[in-house]
Amino acid sequence: MSETILSLKGVEKIFGSFRALGPVDLDVSAGERLGIIGPNGAGKTTLINCITGVYAPDKGSVHFQGRDISRIEAHKRARLGISRSFQIPRPFTGMTVLENLLVPLDYCHVDGSKAERAHAVLASVGLSGRTADASETLSQLELRKLELARALVGNPKVLIADEAMAGLSDEEIDEVLEILFALNRSGVAVIMIEHIMHAVMRFSQRIVCFETGRLIATGTSAEIADNPLVQKVYFGE
Amino acid sequence: MTKNSILFLVGIAIVLVLGFLMPWVLKNPFYFFVGYVVLQYVTIATGWNILGGYAGYINFGAAGFFGAGVYLSAFLFTTLGLPLPLCILAAAIFGAVLGLLMGYLTLRIQGVYFAIATLGLVVVLETIVHNIPALGGASGMAVYGPRQPFWSPGPSQFNFTVMLIIAAAAVTLARFVEISWIGRGLRAVRASEDAAECSGVPTLRLKLLACALSGAVLAAAGAPYPFYTSYMEPVTAFSLIIGLNAIAMPLIGGTRSWVGPVLGALLLASVQQIATVTISSELNILFVGLVLIAFVAFAPGGLAELFGRKQRRARS
Repeated sequence: MSETILSLKGVEKIFGSFRALGPVDLDVSAGERLGIIGPNGAGKTTLINCITGVYAPDKGSVHFQGRDISRIEAHKRARLGISRSFQIPRPFTGMTVLENLLVPLDYCHVDGSKAERAHAVLASVGLSGRTADASETLSQLELRKLELARALVGNPKVLIADEAMAGLSDEEIDEVLEILFALNRSGVAVIMIEHIMHAVMRFSQRIVCFETGRLIATGTSAEIADNPLVQKVYFGE
Repeated sequence: MTKNSILFLVGIAIVLVLGFLMPWVLKNPFYFFVGYVVLQYVTIATGWNILGGYAGYINFGAAGFFGAGVYLSAFLFTTLGLPLPLCILAAAIFGAVLGLLMGYLTLRIQGVYFAIATLGLVVVLETIVHNIPALGGASGMAVYGPRQPFWSPGPSQFNFTVMLIIAAAAVTLARFVEISWIGRGLRAVRASEDAAECSGVPTLRLKLLACALSGAVLAAAGAPYPFYTSYMEPVTAFSLIIGLNAIAMPLIGGTRSWVGPVLGALLLASVQQIATVTISSELNILFVGLVLIAFVAFAPGGLAELFGRKQRRARS
């Protein structure tokens, strides 16, 4: 078993009187492929906002490579190696595709030529032909690819893909999955949050299921598919 | 240094040389009197755009920074006898500190709330000046500027050249910000603050830097103003029209590049000056409003984007 790279201990997030998340305990190993599932409102996005630093947890702690990062700002977590893509693509409009990748390269201190690194990553996701185009002109699939390229250009150790395949066709889902598999082969732990079950089942070595902010089940794809609690969440009594 | 940067610096150098020579060629000082106002607005629009354009934080408080520059410069010149370049430098530093302070207090809020908070800055500063008799209070005070040096034929020409130097420095600074990691970070903030932060951009620190740079340029734009008019009063120094023009000019020219505010200011300020002389000074604000509505409706990217689109079409 690989060493734990990311660890959540008793993490809770409360908005007013609504407990959106927790308490959650979760460990992610280096190089792991972890799937996170759960219905809408289960707390999946709140969880990754707590990991990436968009939200500070109200209780509990987040540890990355053994270091408590619970109170560290989001940009510093990104520099440490925690990267994410967004559920709804958020390209840096007003910039070209290449410039979108130069932003993290400007701030994440990657060795070597920035332009070379950006071109190499764009080639790896199949966007080499669009480098000089404005990000506003990209298709939905290309926007998803740009999100992933921007997330991985800074050499992350953990990549969180938040519904990176939403709205894509089966062929397009295969393309995105291939990018994520390739990234994982290079040693990056990938956390996939997804509603497309066949994709998350195919990709993940381990899946955790959330409901109303709590982790209710964990296991392999087969174990999760057979879990009565998960079946109840998705299909009812 | 890139080819574009060299071309830009050569262009700035040519403009400066022309600015020094023109007063000896054009004999009518009125041109320089009017030219000063146009260049003042080039500086104001350029300074505003560093925060409002690149980072997308709409600042309604431009007149506050401008007025602070006016009063600090006049105070340092009349009471301490500081030379004009030092007065301008001090105004810029004060503007930067004021920008940092404003940013620290307001940057955690976004959108319309940020805009309203910046508007408050003008009211606060104007009220402070109103209540300081040493600065002339509400009625203002006369200021006698420095004598023009040997290389300038008259006071209007001298003020024009000083403003040209400030405008050139402001545009050079804006271009440096735009093409550097600072500008890319600010544009990322403008597009999506969360995505920028999660890409490693220290958004709060970068916005504070933008506030400081913008404040410095806006205050520097006001520094020579009391010597240009020989009189300063709160109503003029903190005027609504300065704040309005600071927003309208970059929006009309285009906010994404340093070219936009320069184009917008050259166009709008020139037309305003012509309208003042030929029709009525009261029509200025009406004109600004109409042009602003037209651009927001038909060319939201401003003149710079309009020209860019035409060029791209011609090329293809």
